[in-house]
Amino acid sequence: MGGIPLFPEAASSFASEVDALYLFIVAVSAFFTVAVSAAVVFFAFRYRRKHPEEIGAHIEGSLPLELLWSVIPTIIAMVMFAWGAKLFYEMRRAPAESMQIYAVGKQWMWKFQHTGGQREINELHVPVGRPIKVLVTSEDVLHDLYFPSFRTKIDAIPGRYQTLWFEATKPGRYHIFCAEYCGTKHSGMIGTVIVMEPQQYQDWLAGGGSEGTMAERGAKLFNDLACNTCHLDSGQGRGPSLKDIIGKPVELAGGQTAVVDEAYLRESILNSQAKIVKGFTPLMPTFQGLVSEEGLAALIEHIKSLSPQAAASTPAPVPAAAPSTSTPAAPAQGARR
Amino acid sequence: METPVYPAHNYLSNGHGLKSWLLTKDHKRIAILYLISISAFFFLGGLFAVGIRLELTTPQGDLFQPDTYNKFFTLHGVIMVFFFLIPSVPAVLGNFLIPPMIGAKDLAFPRINLLSWYIYVIGGIFTLFAIVAGGVDTGWTFYTPYSSASSSTNVAATALGVFIAGFSSILTGLNFIVTIHRMRAPGLHWFKLPLFVWAHYATSLIQVLGTPVVAITIVMVFAERAFGFGIFDPQRGGDPVLFQHLFWFYSHPAVYIMILPALGVISEIVSTFSRKRIFGYSFVAFSSLAIAVFGFIVWAHHMFVAGITVYAAMVFSFLSFSVAIPSAVKVFNWSATLHRGSLSFEAPMLYVYGFFGLFLIGGLTGLFLATLGTDIHLHDTYFVVAHFHYIMVGGAIMGYLGGIHFWWPKMIGRMYSEFWSRISAILVFVGFNLTFFPQFVLGYMGMPRRYHMYPDEFQVLNVLSSGGAAVLGLGYLLPVIYLVYSIKYGEVAGNNPWGASGLEWRTQSPPLTENFLEVPTDIPEAYEYTPKVIREAKLV
Repeated sequence: MGGIPLFPEAASSFASEVDALYLFIVAVSAFFTVAVSAAVVFFAFRYRRKHPEEIGAHIEGSLPLELLWSVIPTIIAMVMFAWGAKLFYEMRRAPAESMQIYAVGKQWMWKFQHTGGQREINELHVPVGRPIKVLVTSEDVLHDLYFPSFRTKIDAIPGRYQTLWFEATKPGRYHIFCAEYCGTKHSGMIGTVIVMEPQQYQDWLAGGGSEGTMAERGAKLFNDLACNTCHLDSGQGRGPSLKDIIGKPVELAGGQTAVVDEAYLRESILNSQAKIVKGFTPLMPTFQGLVSEEGLAALIEHIKSLSPQAAASTPAPVPAAAPSTSTPAAPAQGARR
Repeated sequence: METPVYPAHNYLSNGHGLKSWLLTKDHKRIAILYLISISAFFFLGGLFAVGIRLELTTPQGDLFQPDTYNKFFTLHGVIMVFFFLIPSVPAVLGNFLIPPMIGAKDLAFPRINLLSWYIYVIGGIFTLFAIVAGGVDTGWTFYTPYSSASSSTNVAATALGVFIAGFSSILTGLNFIVTIHRMRAPGLHWFKLPLFVWAHYATSLIQVLGTPVVAITIVMVFAERAFGFGIFDPQRGGDPVLFQHLFWFYSHPAVYIMILPALGVISEIVSTFSRKRIFGYSFVAFSSLAIAVFGFIVWAHHMFVAGITVYAAMVFSFLSFSVAIPSAVKVFNWSATLHRGSLSFEAPMLYVYGFFGLFLIGGLTGLFLATLGTDIHLHDTYFVVAHFHYIMVGGAIMGYLGGIHFWWPKMIGRMYSEFWSRISAILVFVGFNLTFFPQFVLGYMGMPRRYHMYPDEFQVLNVLSSGGAAVLGLGYLLPVIYLVYSIKYGEVAGNNPWGASGLEWRTQSPPLTENFLEVPTDIPEAYEYTPKVIREAKLV
């Protein structure tokens, strides 16, 4: 097709498999389209009415044929299903060693926050060759964080965290789109993900002023909001201790258990009555409307920093340096307009 | 060949003046009322599409304000889905043809039939009011919390219009179900029914069972906007994803409300223009019911990235493939019907051939979206836009236009221009492909839907698409001219100009108000083509 591109750049670890699956379905579709079209066009010539009184042959049907053309498409469909499901499963399970980033959609911009404290708007700097897990939420309506070159996306839903991960394989600049309609400037809610070589990425992290890591900001907030008056490390406070809880099950008042992760912490802060830890009275007020999405993410990072064993499996915190969003990105090689 | 005479007494001549139309209880006149009103909505919806395609010829978003553009695609969707596609084939062709096809004088509830048209019109007026009062910008899907808490446009009036029109759809479905059960001529048992009737039966089930759910959903959005209920808005303790479950529980089956009746039309035309019984009649009949039933258990395939669990996504992906099988079975059976037929290629058959191409591509591209691994990338891109236009426009409108051309001589008693009707069928096919095929590529390239501006690299394909839309528009305008012209100047058609075997062709064209002077008794098998049928059609 000459100058018309057919594929976006393939720049993540699963992009090539998504493309392969796509081409497989294209091949199947092309086969059936050509086969049926050829048949009906052939019949159009072969069985064209010869004289006005002619009628067609009387044929009722054929059970073997019906079975054949039900069973074969079913088998092919099951292959597609299985391949697609396997790939999807991988796309939805971030590796444990992933580096974490928080993303917040808001009419009409994307705000990113690195655990090291760096904040960006409509730009996201990531290193090549390292799995990156993005916790996505929204401040207002639905959005959808879409990286076409990584072949992945996830809806940003207000009130909850959704997870997306990718491992960029090629340095360059790629589109970020909002794929879920969100109002007036939906099509302006776009940005650029800048994939950098690890060294360049370290340089980028080192540049710019500092306002502390997310965990440090979270610790300050933890005191400002007076969380520390109840959640004592000793476990003797009015609220449960938050030490070493990440990734562990807690027993709830109703007898169920819940595993402590970002979604659990988020719910416990905003909707504190939803899950009460066994042995505690539901005294905690809701912080809905009192803490911003950024603050919430920082609090969660702070609480996570209180679980050093769980944190050991995640990468060491990056230097506490936060370039402002206007910092020009180091021109990455393989740069793409 | 004797020249047919235009019958002096028929349903069109039985009563003159506006009142005789607005108070009619004749299913055929009500069908004509629907034909006029849905055509008006079709061209209004088309006008908004013109705005969309003009804007997208350049990447900058320089023709309309973003809010205006957002209203355009919303109104295009709302009007085309709720006020054209859903009523199109059932309310016009089904209304006109089901009674004569089953040897009945009218539908079971003629007054309710008229009522459903009025309800449709009232729903339409609310929506038109919303347009005049400044429009609505939520997308036809009305996703929360944007629709319930954020948008400042006329969501309530539009939603109310859709809510009201839903009752029209429910009543039509109910009327068809009762009619098909109770009003068949003696001896016309289920397996002698035309597949058109089977398809409408399946459609009616969806209308009756599904539409109340979208009505409830709209009431909830309304309650949230008007009274601040916290059903969907997380700020007030609601769940925005709940809306999507409720909405798609109706709106996915609604796709089958749009397509199934058109598939019924295709069966009639294929059989008539190959003068042959439909291959595997019972498989085609039951595949309609299978599609109707499976259609209710696949809704969450619209939500693979919307926060459903990995396992729920897998279940819904698996079930979605189940819809593909009965659709494929239909296509294979139609193709097999052509084998050893006696084929002729007047306009209705050209529409069917166009339908084959478009429905194949539309159906097969559904596989990319049912497959989880590819849907994650393709969801909410132009690939989806192209896919559902291939089904809803390529499938449903090709079926609808094919049906209009097929039964026009029956409805009006006169023939339209053979030459222009063929030209129009070809223009629609070519224009459609030019418009929507590039959008598959745009989608895989990553262009999201509902974008007012876009990066430069998408321009070539967008310009191609807009060019195709101009051809498509011409293809849609032509029939208005030659069909209207034929009402007065067309050649007299006679009872059965195509030599078709259905009961509706036994009566005069246009039919009497009562359809038949006597209830038909010698009911043949469905699609029984014998030399006698051709002889009696007096074509030679």
